[in-house]
Amino acid sequence: MKRYVLRRLLVAIPSLLIASLIVFSLPRLLPGDVVQLMLEEKAYGKDLEDLRAKLGLNRPMYIQYVEWLGQVLRGDLGESLWTRRPVLEELTARLPVSLELGVLALAFAVVIAVPIGVLAAIRQDTVADYAMRSMAILGLSVPGFWIATLCVLLPAIWWGWSPPIQFTAFSVDPWAHIAQFLLPAFILGIASAAAIMRLTRGTLLEVLRQDYVRTAWAKGMRERVVVLKHSLKNALIPVVTVLGIQVAQILGGTVIFESIFGLPGMGRFLFDAINQRDYPVIQGVNLLIVSVVVVMNLLVDAFYAFLDPRIRY
Amino acid sequence: MQSQPVEAAPWGDQTIKRSEAPSRVAVGLGRVWQFTRRKPLGALGGLIVLGLLTMAIFAPWIAPYKYDQTIPGARMKAPGAQFWMGTDNLGRDVFSRVVYGASVSVTVGFGAVLLANVLAALVGVTSGYFGGAYDICVQRVVDAWQSFPFLVVILSMMAVLGPGLLNLILALGVLGAAAGSRVIRGATISAMQNTYVEAARALGAGHLRIMLRYLLPNVAATIIILATIGLGAAILAESALSFLGFGVPPPYPSWGAMLSGSGRSFMYRAPWMAIWPGAAISLAVFGFNMLGDALRDVLDPRLRGGGGRPAA
Repeated sequence: MKRYVLRRLLVAIPSLLIASLIVFSLPRLLPGDVVQLMLEEKAYGKDLEDLRAKLGLNRPMYIQYVEWLGQVLRGDLGESLWTRRPVLEELTARLPVSLELGVLALAFAVVIAVPIGVLAAIRQDTVADYAMRSMAILGLSVPGFWIATLCVLLPAIWWGWSPPIQFTAFSVDPWAHIAQFLLPAFILGIASAAAIMRLTRGTLLEVLRQDYVRTAWAKGMRERVVVLKHSLKNALIPVVTVLGIQVAQILGGTVIFESIFGLPGMGRFLFDAINQRDYPVIQGVNLLIVSVVVVMNLLVDAFYAFLDPRIRY
Repeated sequence: MQSQPVEAAPWGDQTIKRSEAPSRVAVGLGRVWQFTRRKPLGALGGLIVLGLLTMAIFAPWIAPYKYDQTIPGARMKAPGAQFWMGTDNLGRDVFSRVVYGASVSVTVGFGAVLLANVLAALVGVTSGYFGGAYDICVQRVVDAWQSFPFLVVILSMMAVLGPGLLNLILALGVLGAAAGSRVIRGATISAMQNTYVEAARALGAGHLRIMLRYLLPNVAATIIILATIGLGAAILAESALSFLGFGVPPPYPSWGAMLSGSGRSFMYRAPWMAIWPGAAISLAVFGFNMLGDALRDVLDPRLRGGGGRPAA
């Protein structure tokens, strides 16, 4: 087990390096120049050059990359070109917000999806199965930003109620703090729930057709035991793998949901930074997101090996 | 259930002569009928897709107004006899814009999926066929490509490329290829187990011939399923990007863009501006997903068959 995790860790290093290169070069390819943007029309040739030199943007890209990588390894992500505040400091303030949103969304997704998936599988080809599958496909089809828009809009029109747009910190009012996450997390989790439900149903159906399950039926065991005790455990293994993919999806979704619901998280930070060509911020957020995804996949792999002893490590 | 397996590839039955063409139409219609009876939800999806395509192609004839036409004295009119879906804050007919929006969605969807599947087939079939070091290298790149959160990468890519229809197709196509190539690779590897592939090789067929004539037709079913489901995903991604302002630039009526931008503050007084474009996205994606699901059940024999519970 230890050796397996260690090997996966080693494999993760080159992919993180490749990712860091992509993360570094992508924002630099953005059309439009941050220096131009900062000085607007007032800029003359010399001002542009001065500011560029001050920000260190006039040196060759590879030198900038090596320097940046060295800084990152020392835990320094640079500072925002606009606010001059350290990116790491901004990120540590914003990461918990996104994590809270993401974890809640994933929790909603799993709690809703697994029982429905099991029900749909054991009632295969009944009206209930069709209804639940159609609901799942609908969940995959409806854009989250639309539901979010309607959830802000319609209650405001009908009852004059709207979800809180002002962010409340946990230390100020714990209940209000958690409450403001519930709606966005639920909507963010819908698509993941649909995907997890479909997978649960599919893998459970496959497991239910295996010989050992037939043996369990033949022994006269009750349905509850056959399904929940014998089959579900095996069926959930691929579901765990998919959770890793869902984390990436949910992290992407935070960009939209934090903007709509006014949550000061990483996604919104990234969105603003892209609009302002704030290279250090874009790099920092992207690097953090990719790292979270790589680490999550690592954890999923380790957990996978723990769940299924047939996987050799 | 008595069921006739549907041909995996339309070009699989080459023994039928040209002179028998009329019966072929009948066979085709029969298959459609059979599909409808076995998969009513899939057929419903097909119907929605057909409606979407009709709207996209015949938009100028269906829509009563032009998508950017400002109708004097008709700002934020509620839905009614004249404006079925109301008008927006600039006095444009929402129904007309939704109809024209279909052509944007369909163009981006089909363009991106075509590009994605050509790339995926290229990577997947060669990776599965050659195997070895080539396969390992290619699959590691696919791994890296997949570990980025989709929306984050595409947002960065669109910021690099700049908004626009063609750039959107390019970004969505390239990104969509990674996952598909993995599936096609798997299908290729399993198709290579067939003895006729070995026979073809024994007869001296070259790599290219084996891949094009023997492997590609066998993974065609997989590609069709991927494309159908991919279309829904591409339309959804396009709308999300346009919603964020990185997709199709105004005044083109993208469904996603109609939900965002300057119109947002007017939605409290004209909620129909928010309802119809979103409903259109949902319905279109729903149609493709339903159809893709049913196609997979029919075309993928592994998932076919009855349940595991013993007959009572």
